[in-house]
Amino acid sequence: MPETKKPDLSNWSCPLPLQDYPAIVMGHGGGGKLSSELVEHLFLPAFRNETLANLGDAAVIGPLSGRIAMSTDTFVVQPLFFPGGNIGDLAVNGTVNDLAMSGARPRYLTAGFVLEEGFQITDLARIVESMAASARAAGVEIVTGDTKVVERGHGDGCYINTAGIGVIPDHVNVGPSLVQPGDAVIVSGTIADHGMAIMSVREGLEFDSTIVSDCAALNELAAIVLEAGGASVHAMRDPTRGGLGATMHEIAHASNVGMVIEESQLPVRPEVQAACELLGLDPLFVANEGKIAVFVAAEAAGRVLEAMRSHPLGSNAAIIGQAVAQHPKMLVAHTRIGANRVIPAQIGEQLPRIC
Amino acid sequence: MKYLTEFRDGELASKLAREIRQIVTRPWNIMEVCGGQTHSIIRNGIDQLLPEGVQMIHGPGCPVCVTPLEVIDRALAIAAQPGVIFCSFGDMLRVPGSAKDLFRVKSEGGDVRIVYSPLDAVNLAIKNPDKEVVFFGVGFETTAPANAMALHIARRQSLHNFSMLISHVLVPPAIEAIMESDENKVQAFLAAGHVCSVMGYWQYPPIAEKYRVPIVVTGFEPLDIMEGLRRVLLQLERGESRVDNAYERVVTHDGNREAQRLLAEVFDVCDRAWRGIGVIPQSGWRLSEAYREFDAEHRFAVSDIHAVESPLCHSGEVLRGALKPNECPAFGKECTPRHPLGATMVSSEGACAAYYNYGRFLSVEELVHA
Repeated sequence: MPETKKPDLSNWSCPLPLQDYPAIVMGHGGGGKLSSELVEHLFLPAFRNETLANLGDAAVIGPLSGRIAMSTDTFVVQPLFFPGGNIGDLAVNGTVNDLAMSGARPRYLTAGFVLEEGFQITDLARIVESMAASARAAGVEIVTGDTKVVERGHGDGCYINTAGIGVIPDHVNVGPSLVQPGDAVIVSGTIADHGMAIMSVREGLEFDSTIVSDCAALNELAAIVLEAGGASVHAMRDPTRGGLGATMHEIAHASNVGMVIEESQLPVRPEVQAACELLGLDPLFVANEGKIAVFVAAEAAGRVLEAMRSHPLGSNAAIIGQAVAQHPKMLVAHTRIGANRVIPAQIGEQLPRIC
Repeated sequence: MKYLTEFRDGELASKLAREIRQIVTRPWNIMEVCGGQTHSIIRNGIDQLLPEGVQMIHGPGCPVCVTPLEVIDRALAIAAQPGVIFCSFGDMLRVPGSAKDLFRVKSEGGDVRIVYSPLDAVNLAIKNPDKEVVFFGVGFETTAPANAMALHIARRQSLHNFSMLISHVLVPPAIEAIMESDENKVQAFLAAGHVCSVMGYWQYPPIAEKYRVPIVVTGFEPLDIMEGLRRVLLQLERGESRVDNAYERVVTHDGNREAQRLLAEVFDVCDRAWRGIGVIPQSGWRLSEAYREFDAEHRFAVSDIHAVESPLCHSGEVLRGALKPNECPAFGKECTPRHPLGATMVSSEGACAAYYNYGRFLSVEELVHA
């Protein structure tokens, strides 16, 4: 795991200038010598690719052929380092996954940093190293970037924005509004891991647990789904903030279908379930960072499920419900004791209950 | 999960449901006292498994719901003061006072923090000697021991920058108030298992006897609740009115004596206002003389803040079981979880929110055919 390994600045091409300033100062965002030192000695060596190395005002890429998917996301997680990853992994995988869910093959990313004065360079290096590793793993290049520094007290150490583009293969057509009644809903593995991993290290709540974030790039798994399911795959979503529950609400609204969930089929790790019970949270509405919900025509569901299970990120994949023509835009759960209940959309964040 | 999954078993639930259907020969109104039980009933759809005519009435056992509006307003006034760190359990943050909620105060610069234990607030006070740390101590006999412990530690450590805004309420006087009410429909109670884990159930036999009402101490998992219902329905059908304990793995007759001793040291029983219900005599706790200095209400001089409830809100009748949430004229119209008029629509354990969120305005048929 990245956070256990202390980055060794001496491995960068020329570490000395960075070590003059162990923490971020306003000048690192000023566009002067300190700024270019960050680029030269931290970002360039970590992200290493030809397009970035040109250091033009804009990255010049392509030509690309086909439909282009584009996405952006901003990451403000606290704490920055958590069991199973850090904000850097999230920033790369988050955008890679958003692209992959639209059926695209992610290709290029941008990275914008908002750093708080006083933020440790070693921490930044760890984050950047994770971003580089995640980008390599996902097969994308970080081709341009930007850094700004805000005064101490005006930020939470480090915010990252990433934007990315990918190419959608000609035959692929998926989207949140294309789900049909009868479609099976497959989730690629255990839910609520990321959200509970973050909770376990959040100030005031630290609890000892073995829960780690599921943060991962999903483009390979998404490609497997599309290959196995072909045109029968109607929609894919990575259920991040708001969890699987929010994702199913969004799809139900966009496609004007109802959704039925079999509660007993929801894959939840026992330790995650226990933490949720303790805090009075519903795992259905807790964030994931490495899961796909696939909405696929029933006849192809078995095929897709099997293909997903062949990939390490999909080994716990399960059919957890289906889209129905009844009660459009509503989620209904079949409970473990054989009754039904409506699952409402959450208004804000889930709040731990008093008792 | 050990001790949880066993109590969520679908087959055993169907078996209990069959037994209950065999027992019942006529309609009954049963109140589950605790908000946690309401939540579980609705989350699991337990009421759908009951025979027609057996009505669950959702009791006043949600701490968020029964905390009076003016106490919320006092909390908001304290939380907005500079130099104060105001600590609360999560679900109190969204409860609207007369003008705003704690989230608003936080966004306006108030230092409002969600904590998971009052002891976290004590630690904040130790770490921030130049700040006043206030904990919002609400709830029933369940949350009171931890609050008492926090105060006990604060006093022992002479923590002068710690205080608590107290709005503690007690279950047995509320049960009596419900039974005394003219419009009462409740014929039996599922007593709140967690309250009884602290207090035991020695307080209940006089109530069962006085009002000829069966009371069954009940837990929170689906099978716990169904077993509580089975036992209470047996009593009703046989014309009995005893106190029975269906939550034996947690609750003993005497309860937690150590906790009771601490509670008696820290708190005095007093009259308390319940939101939507009004003042119930001897139904709450205030700080005892020895702990008076930790009373945030006095420290911040907010006792003269008073509030008027929305005239559209019928939460009092809902809490007494006189009105079903969806029978309230404002339900789902002026009053929704997003714009709640009363606390029963705010808390996830509140009867109105539970009705709204879990689609209780739909008929069972609509759900079953889903």
